[in-house]
Amino acid sequence: MKNYDMPIFAVLIALLILAPMAIYPVFLMKVLCFALFALAFNLLIGYVGLLSFGHAMFFGFSAYISAYTVKVWGWPTEIGIIAGTAVAALLGLVAGSLAIRRQGIYFAMVTLALAQMVFFFCLQAPFTGGEDGIQAVPRRPLLGFIDITSDLNFYYVVLAIFAAGFLIIYRAIHSPFGQVLKAIRENEARAISLGYHVDQYKLLAFVLSATLTGLAGSTKAIVFQLASLTDVAWQMSGEAVLMTLVGGMGTVFGPIVGAAIIITMQNYLAGFGEWVLVIQGVIFVITVLLFRRGVVGEIAALATRLTRRSEP
Amino acid sequence: MDQSTAIETQSLVKDFKGFRAVDNVNLKVRRGSIHALIGPNGAGKTTCFNLITKFLQPTSGRIFLNGQDITRLAPASVARLGLVRSFQISATFPHLTLLENVRIALQRQLGTSFHFWRSETTLDQLNDRAMEILQDVGLAGSESLVAAELPYGRKRVLEIATTMALGPEVMLLDEPMAGMGREDIGRISQLIRRVAKSRTVLMVEHNLSVVADLSDTITVLARGRVIAEGPYASVSQNPLVIEAYMGTTDASSPALRGAHG
Repeated sequence: MKNYDMPIFAVLIALLILAPMAIYPVFLMKVLCFALFALAFNLLIGYVGLLSFGHAMFFGFSAYISAYTVKVWGWPTEIGIIAGTAVAALLGLVAGSLAIRRQGIYFAMVTLALAQMVFFFCLQAPFTGGEDGIQAVPRRPLLGFIDITSDLNFYYVVLAIFAAGFLIIYRAIHSPFGQVLKAIRENEARAISLGYHVDQYKLLAFVLSATLTGLAGSTKAIVFQLASLTDVAWQMSGEAVLMTLVGGMGTVFGPIVGAAIIITMQNYLAGFGEWVLVIQGVIFVITVLLFRRGVVGEIAALATRLTRRSEP
Repeated sequence: MDQSTAIETQSLVKDFKGFRAVDNVNLKVRRGSIHALIGPNGAGKTTCFNLITKFLQPTSGRIFLNGQDITRLAPASVARLGLVRSFQISATFPHLTLLENVRIALQRQLGTSFHFWRSETTLDQLNDRAMEILQDVGLAGSESLVAAELPYGRKRVLEIATTMALGPEVMLLDEPMAGMGREDIGRISQLIRRVAKSRTVLMVEHNLSVVADLSDTITVLARGRVIAEGPYASVSQNPLVIEAYMGTTDASSPALRGAHG
């Protein structure tokens, strides 16, 4: 079957370049940050079969690091984002080494427990500003000369970060490493019997996922000029699960679509107040019951059926 | 240690919560031979397999591969030393194509399996070799099907092809004929005989006519212990073996063959 991923990606980026003409850039940036978060999460669940329920620790903690280094230490924006990403990678290495020893629900529980520990650390540690979080993070010129105080300018920077993150994940999935990951997902015992030390592969996938989640979190802190407990709370891990499942687990574009749907709902249904959560829940249940492959997964399945039918 | 032994176990014991599944098993598999492990259900055959391939850790005893002590190694490390196993339930990668299935085995030798920044097209250099192997086992022409689409017997063939791709010195086959029709049995028997020409094969198998036909040496396990060992002709006459299978010593060996053939 022909692979249309890259043409679709090109069209997506073209649309996103034009999007600020019609849509508010801050909203778009929020969608892109969460889309990158969900893409990174999907690398683990969709391609290794590991359900992490603690990705908020990478998202939220990296947000704190980038917000703190930029605001308090006065680091340049790009260095702050890199610092947040690097710390997420380290945290991923530690959390991953502990979590990948278990599978299934136990893996999910270990990641959740570790994320809760990070949450309480952030709640207690003085540098995070407790309930207030770190507010009014300045947006200093990027690389010293790109003005990002205007949302429109910064939007294109975020778009570039998103595109880079997407391409890294896409390449990882379609690499020799990705091929082994798929083998592990399909039949772990067999992969071991072929001589693969599967724990090392899982750990690298976990660290990659944590790192890119960190990139999303640090960028988000600069977008909203804020890092808070919301980013590191367990509900944030749930958001990634929700977006990925709604969009289509194990599909290349599913997490992006899922993030767009969920963020749109949260923004445009905000008038319903707490009812947004109920509506989200209903959509989640409908997806799981009727469209188990998620939006993108169902469309892809439909496309496959149609092309098969047209072939003799 | 003597050079003609490929696998040796010394006083191998495995306990599961007070139940002794493998009890003091001393096994010697001669290099270049086809060695079968048989016995009634629950005799500890698969447990033995899992111990030798290190998927289980023995309670006590030692395991040697070519004279090297492998008792404490990880299963993937044992595979890297050239001891590769198959599984009772056919072990393919169901959503990968046949070509990709074989390529997974070949890919490790490139040393790029952790390279997440490299394109998977770098693996295409292995396609010729993978095709050769598929051709060898009679699966050429189906290489772009995904493994899940194959009938059961052909999945087993694919599994053996994938194992062969590693060029293992020792192959452990766990019930290669389980659930197969007569035609497939013939084909796989031939395949096993052929791959065994250049390597050692240890297999667990219930189909006694296959065992009789293929193996040089047979070890019979019952309740975790070795009760007999030798070529088929002598083992099948052994009263202990007949008793283990039939529950009585009255049965003659043709009945034994009939019950499982």
